[in-house]
Amino acid sequence: MTQHEDFPDTHHEMTHNTFFGFWIYLMTDFILFATLFASYAVLRDATFGGPGGKELFNLPAVLLETLILSTSGFTCGLATLAIPVDNKKKVIAWYAVTFLLGLWFFLQVCTEFGHLIQDGNTWQKSAFLSAYFTLVGTHALHILLGLVFIVVFLIQVTRRGLIPVTKRRLTCLSMFWFFSYVVWIFMYAIVYLMGVT
Amino acid sequence: METQQGVETGNFKAYLLAFIGSIILTLAAYFITVNHLFTTWLLNSAIALLAFAQAWIQLVIFLNLGRETKPRWNFLVFFFTIMVTVILVFGSLWIMYHLNYNLMATS
Amino acid sequence: MFGRLTLNAFKHDLIEASVGVSILLALIAIVFLLTYYKRWRWLWYDWLTSVDHKKIAQMYLIVSAAMLFKGVVDAGMMRAQQLLSVGESFGYLSTPHYQQLFTAHGTTMIFFVAMGVISAMINYLVPLQIGARDVAFPFLNSLSFWLFASGNALLIASLMVGNFSGTGWVSYPPLSNLEYSPGVGVDYWIWSVQISGAGTLLTGINFLVTILKMRCPGMTLMRMPMFVWASLVTLVLVVFAFPILTATAGMLTLDRTIGTHFFTSGFGGNPMMYVNLIWAWGHPEVYILILPAFGIYSEIVPVFSQKKLFGYVSMVWAIVAIAFLAFLVWLHHFFTMGAGPNVNAFFGFMTMLISVPTGVKIFNWLFTMFRGRIVFTTPMLWFLCFVVVFTIGGMDGVLMSVAPVDFQVHNSLFLIAHFHSVIIGGVLFGFFCGFTYWFPKIYGFKLNEKWGEYAVFCWFFGFLFAFIPLYVLGLMGATRRLDHYDASTGWFPLFAIAAFGFLVICAGIGFQVLQLYISFKERAQNRDTTGDPWNGRTLEWSTASPPPLYNFAVIPEVHDRDGFWAMKHSKTHKEKPKYEDIHMPKNTGQGFNIGVLSFFFGFAVIWYIWWLALLSIIGIFACLFYRLFDRHTETYVSVEEVERIEAQRGKV
Repeated sequence: MTQHEDFPDTHHEMTHNTFFGFWIYLMTDFILFATLFASYAVLRDATFGGPGGKELFNLPAVLLETLILSTSGFTCGLATLAIPVDNKKKVIAWYAVTFLLGLWFFLQVCTEFGHLIQDGNTWQKSAFLSAYFTLVGTHALHILLGLVFIVVFLIQVTRRGLIPVTKRRLTCLSMFWFFSYVVWIFMYAIVYLMGVT
Repeated sequence: METQQGVETGNFKAYLLAFIGSIILTLAAYFITVNHLFTTWLLNSAIALLAFAQAWIQLVIFLNLGRETKPRWNFLVFFFTIMVTVILVFGSLWIMYHLNYNLMATS
Repeated sequence: MFGRLTLNAFKHDLIEASVGVSILLALIAIVFLLTYYKRWRWLWYDWLTSVDHKKIAQMYLIVSAAMLFKGVVDAGMMRAQQLLSVGESFGYLSTPHYQQLFTAHGTTMIFFVAMGVISAMINYLVPLQIGARDVAFPFLNSLSFWLFASGNALLIASLMVGNFSGTGWVSYPPLSNLEYSPGVGVDYWIWSVQISGAGTLLTGINFLVTILKMRCPGMTLMRMPMFVWASLVTLVLVVFAFPILTATAGMLTLDRTIGTHFFTSGFGGNPMMYVNLIWAWGHPEVYILILPAFGIYSEIVPVFSQKKLFGYVSMVWAIVAIAFLAFLVWLHHFFTMGAGPNVNAFFGFMTMLISVPTGVKIFNWLFTMFRGRIVFTTPMLWFLCFVVVFTIGGMDGVLMSVAPVDFQVHNSLFLIAHFHSVIIGGVLFGFFCGFTYWFPKIYGFKLNEKWGEYAVFCWFFGFLFAFIPLYVLGLMGATRRLDHYDASTGWFPLFAIAAFGFLVICAGIGFQVLQLYISFKERAQNRDTTGDPWNGRTLEWSTASPPPLYNFAVIPEVHDRDGFWAMKHSKTHKEKPKYEDIHMPKNTGQGFNIGVLSFFFGFAVIWYIWWLALLSIIGIFACLFYRLFDRHTETYVSVEEVERIEAQRGKV
């Protein structure tokens, strides 16, 4: 068997298959969140006499982190615009900004959790809090994973440039990032806003 | 510009407008909630509507939903996902409401 | 240092310990054989690191066969207990042990046997039937298998260290909560199911892309073989149902490890929510089990009736309808939990509806046979047994869809008989049918027909003796999961017949093992040199038996359904094919590594060995990153090599 460095003939199909496969994975993630949302919806009033959303949620902070995550989606979009024109510097720059904004979001959620835990409002206190921590926590984990992969793929782009495989991975990453924000929109609306009405 | 199969991906203007739209919808939802502008049922519906609108903008502009050439597999898979989600969420709420009503303690 | 793992956790009860010891002895024997015949390199380079869908399929088969053996032993032990534990006697098993048996039996059979053989069949056949060289994501395929194997390994580990769950195969809370099941059992269940479930989900994504995007030129959706349609629809179910399992088992894990209150009895938790969610997954799961079997039957009935499939279009619509309805019936698993008449009526009605497309399929198979020239080979015999057994099971399923009837028979042996009828009659017979049919393709020689027939008869009559009494018992009031009963119930004779049936089934399994052995010895006489021993209709029969690594030297082009049949009977002049270098993926050990690490992760979380859990997670990410940074993941089969392999075809 001979060995070739590049396999240009099949890159086109591979790319489309990868995008489609990744899209299906995102749909399965959607169902995962749907199950957690369904549980939250059923358990949101099960505060066991303890505090509910009205008492616990700090809406201005939530607004800030939502706006920041929204901006990170936009900067991610700007990064994807630079991919097809092979602008390596722009790609790295905009993903770096996305990373910083995403990191802010993640740390802010951690701080929010920290305050709740400090006040004794942990996930062990009631079904409502269990559902809340799990739903928002799972989303935060997704953001963390996104941050890790931004770093990994930016390393690859720095070392190998914008070749088909790195472009493919960055595009999948951006799909993941946009999708994470879409999930957050529903969390913002259903958990936080509806939680205080 | 093509990054996905046969998809006309966005351009800067579309992305900027989508971003501004998202910000406006986020702020609007916040504003009506904090100022409790409507009665509860209407308020919740308005929040939901604003959320769906924002999600739709994100899906279409950033995730290129529905903009592929045929066969539209991405769109079809998304459609099924929504269907299963609706069945799961509303089915569960319907079932659990009845179960709770019939079986939870009166205290 | 070792969490809650102590020396005490290693089995010391005689019966339980003997199982662990036998497994260890078997493993030692395997290691010895591999060393003696110097096959370690072969094992690693040819099998464990393979990304070839055909090899991965065979590995699934081996694991599933081992787990089938274990599941049957579980069943035998339960049958023996029910035979002996009457009145004054309490049999030979303690109640906790019996509880682990019925839980392990269900978990093993559904997750590790049925899902395993389905993955095997889909893995082997789908690329061949659509004229592709491999799946969309070969590395992911390998990873999926190793995650599956890892889940299996955890269940096997529970036989040696600690206990398995005693809560039944779906693990309802509050019993499965920490309060009532404080040991490691439920955690073993959770992690073996979660890890292999992750593998299944990845398989779903992989093959969905493969079928939708990698069909050969000319193969439109309505020209695909029915097995590919069945697989497609099954994969859609997998992709949409398994995340529900992940989330629900995940919430149960959180309840058990960090003290959340999703399904606890207090603090606002709602155990009924678990039942709701787990069956929202569970019902699509049983359709995931049966639909590939329907696909297999649609393949073999035309071949052994020597007549094309009756009503292809209606078959496609029927299978799509079944898959769609599968998401709308899940409440029928808990009619008695108390949702009330309106909810029960809706789901009862939807359940009845699902029998309609199923009936369409059965009639279409029968119409295919009508005025055909039937060949009574072993696969055809399996199909005929399926029709009888599955129809019985299906009909009593429709009976139970009427909620008032279900209130009488819910969780009785009537229910047990129902699902064993449809699973054994449908899924298992379907697998045996497919296995005997495609065996010559996979291994290059046919199976011995005579011993196959004996096996079919034993399984069929054994099944009837083993499960028809259970229908009667259920109507007499016998509940499931019972390890003791009064002599005054009058149940004993029926349990005795059931035990006899189990022995007949064991004879059937014995004949199957004998068939494999004898066929292997006689393989020279039964060798398949043409690649098409049954006069088949679909593309896999156009390859050699077994097919070469790359499946097709030249990607075929089809113009019709039953593409290969059309090729065989066309008058076009067959020119010598022009070969090219074939691009193939390279083998890799990362799938295996991640599988092993996930086993350690699961084991660590179960036993609260947190440092090991953390290390395993880091290791898994390290393997993933290694793979992401690996530049040499592809290779070529050169033209010369292709010509050499193709020239060998048909020669012994």
